[in-house]
Amino acid sequence: MSIYHLDHLQYLETESIHIMREVAAEFERPTILFSGGKDSICLLRLAEKAFRPSEIPMPFLNVDTGHHFPELNEFRDVRAAELGGRLIVRKVEDAIASGIAVPNPGEVSRNRLQIPTLLAAIEEFRFDCAIGGARRDEEKARAKERFFSFRDSFGQWDPKNQRPEIWNLYNGRVNSGEHMRVFPLSNWTEMDVWEYIRRENLAVPTIYFSHKRLCVRRQGQWLPVTSLVPPKPSEEVRELVVRVRTIGDIISTGMIESPANTVDDILIEIAAARVTERGSRADDKASEAAMEDRKKQGYF
Amino acid sequence: MSSSSPLTVDLLRFNTCGSVDDGKSTLIGRLLYDSKSLMEDQLEALERSADLTGGGQINLANLTDGLRAEREQGITIDVAYRYFATPRRKFIIADTPGHVQYTRNMVTGASTANLSIVLVDARLGVIEQSRRHTCIASLLRIPHLVVAVNKMDLVGWSEERFHEIRANFEGFLPRLDIKDVKFIPMSALNGDNVVDPSSHTPWYAGPTLLGHLEGVHIGSDWNLDGFRFPVQWVNRPNRPQDTQWHDFRGISGQIAGGIIRVGQTVMILPSGLKTTVQEIWTMDGPLEQAFCPQSITLRLAHDVDVSRGDTVIGLSSMPGVSSELRARVCWMNTRPLQAGRKYFLKHTTQTVQAVVTSIENRLNISDFEAEIGPRELTVNDLGEIRLRTSRPLVFDAYSVNRLTGSFILIEPGSNQTVGAGMLFPPTEAIKPEYTDFAI
Repeated sequence: MSIYHLDHLQYLETESIHIMREVAAEFERPTILFSGGKDSICLLRLAEKAFRPSEIPMPFLNVDTGHHFPELNEFRDVRAAELGGRLIVRKVEDAIASGIAVPNPGEVSRNRLQIPTLLAAIEEFRFDCAIGGARRDEEKARAKERFFSFRDSFGQWDPKNQRPEIWNLYNGRVNSGEHMRVFPLSNWTEMDVWEYIRRENLAVPTIYFSHKRLCVRRQGQWLPVTSLVPPKPSEEVRELVVRVRTIGDIISTGMIESPANTVDDILIEIAAARVTERGSRADDKASEAAMEDRKKQGYF
Repeated sequence: MSSSSPLTVDLLRFNTCGSVDDGKSTLIGRLLYDSKSLMEDQLEALERSADLTGGGQINLANLTDGLRAEREQGITIDVAYRYFATPRRKFIIADTPGHVQYTRNMVTGASTANLSIVLVDARLGVIEQSRRHTCIASLLRIPHLVVAVNKMDLVGWSEERFHEIRANFEGFLPRLDIKDVKFIPMSALNGDNVVDPSSHTPWYAGPTLLGHLEGVHIGSDWNLDGFRFPVQWVNRPNRPQDTQWHDFRGISGQIAGGIIRVGQTVMILPSGLKTTVQEIWTMDGPLEQAFCPQSITLRLAHDVDVSRGDTVIGLSSMPGVSSELRARVCWMNTRPLQAGRKYFLKHTTQTVQAVVTSIENRLNISDFEAEIGPRELTVNDLGEIRLRTSRPLVFDAYSVNRLTGSFILIEPGSNQTVGAGMLFPPTEAIKPEYTDFAI
């Protein structure tokens, strides 16, 4: 093989860096959505690669549902500080208090309420672009989304009216009040993300690795025991050796039983996996079009 | 070291195209299913939807038809991307719709492909859509083409029918510019010759589709001849207190062609100023040389005026620099293209204003003849136009370099991407004013 050859990960990396720089150059007020999860950890590394030795020229934004794993928020704050970035956190709780987000009677999940909270934050800071870590291999509505995904002034995605995206020429033009969601990891798979974490030697929150935890059996999954939705007497509770494969809210993220202690272990586990990453996310199982419906309303 | 992933695997990007009901989505479903790239929860979801809409039969197309309207209408609306890997290669599939009004999506899916699969329904043979898609693949200069003659089970696995379709294709291929074409008889629905060889085609000695995808030689799709570096972003750390960085001035971008080495003389266009490369900076340390399509930051020996939209070039081959351009376009909007219309034109890293000065011709897909001087180009039309831009472009012929030879047209107001353009070779070599003026 010629020395002028990029392997798979190097190719994905240069594609993503190019996109990061296009955003910095074409938008006035971009932001990077950073949760502390594995995909957004890669995003921040790509931002470093795109902009160093300068500072990363955009703040980080996170919507805190109030149901996050504590380990995740801790990691988020530490990583943002390490990178010298400005981290903006907007809380669903505050959005509920101010009437921006209105829960349905008895609605415990904060999943839907993230949407108005995020859109309010975008409006508050007049962000014209939000970079997110979504990948096309995650879900079939996402499989249809462009790198540069246009949102109208209501924050909505119109899947039938997407701009053609040709070569590496991204059309970032928006009118005032509209914004763009940009997904530099579109072409990355779960495997690529972990291979990149290994290659770049990136730290990730501890919950990705095997640990002991009290879990409760619900809808065919082991969910963490929390005070938010305490186990009922009829429910089975067990202490298990588990880890998370994908991180959502603590009340809906299925834990998988796993002895994987290192990134290498995780890579072996994924290679042998027989279910997809989002198979452990109850929020996606609501219906065949669950993700599409949320995206149309302005979800990540 | 774990054995979970080999150190280097290469990547093949391909797209599938055909018309409605040729079975593209079924073919992709079959590739994923038979190569064991589908997971249990995806199969479960398939089985659930089979009970609802498929009369109990698993519908492989439901794997890729991700939007509700698509599943309801049984058509594919938008480009869907799929990812799978075999021990030999990683693959990115763009499933591009065949519905006639969605040809723009075919251009989207095919523009980054190494290989294109055109599906043909063995019962129908070559139809206008097959010609259109083959023609687009040729115009986009996709190096490899596979003609998947599908639904062979419905023509009784007739060798004669297969050769008839092949002959039909070969009748117009010489008028196009595709070097490598492979014909494969198959049934995506039943899985014949997709991943596993079929027992129905003893007369076919070639590889299965997956065998071909794993083995086809893709070499380097990137241009490594003339150095081209469109400036994306000027990298100036704003750290006045920090002595290490306070003089740092870099220009960041992705190499769009060629190779660059430290100490090499380069020219900045359109100004024509010459300087040398002092350092190739990356976060992982400096490089001695870099090549297309790496993303890097260049430090130049002189503090010359460089900004986004400029292009740094090597001196071995000169690009065109002009604001009068000739190009072939694929029109993608329902509002037609007419002479005199103004658009934004995005080319490499700059967006300029452009006016269409004339429409030279419109390509007739059925006979590949050019209709001279049409009044307009309507949606899905291909044709040649002339343009004038508000600033000169630094460009190469699309046939020489896909990245410096392509542009998109954006409609002011709606901001829709309405056209994809491929530039013709420059009519004269550049004569920058300062060619002999080194700073």
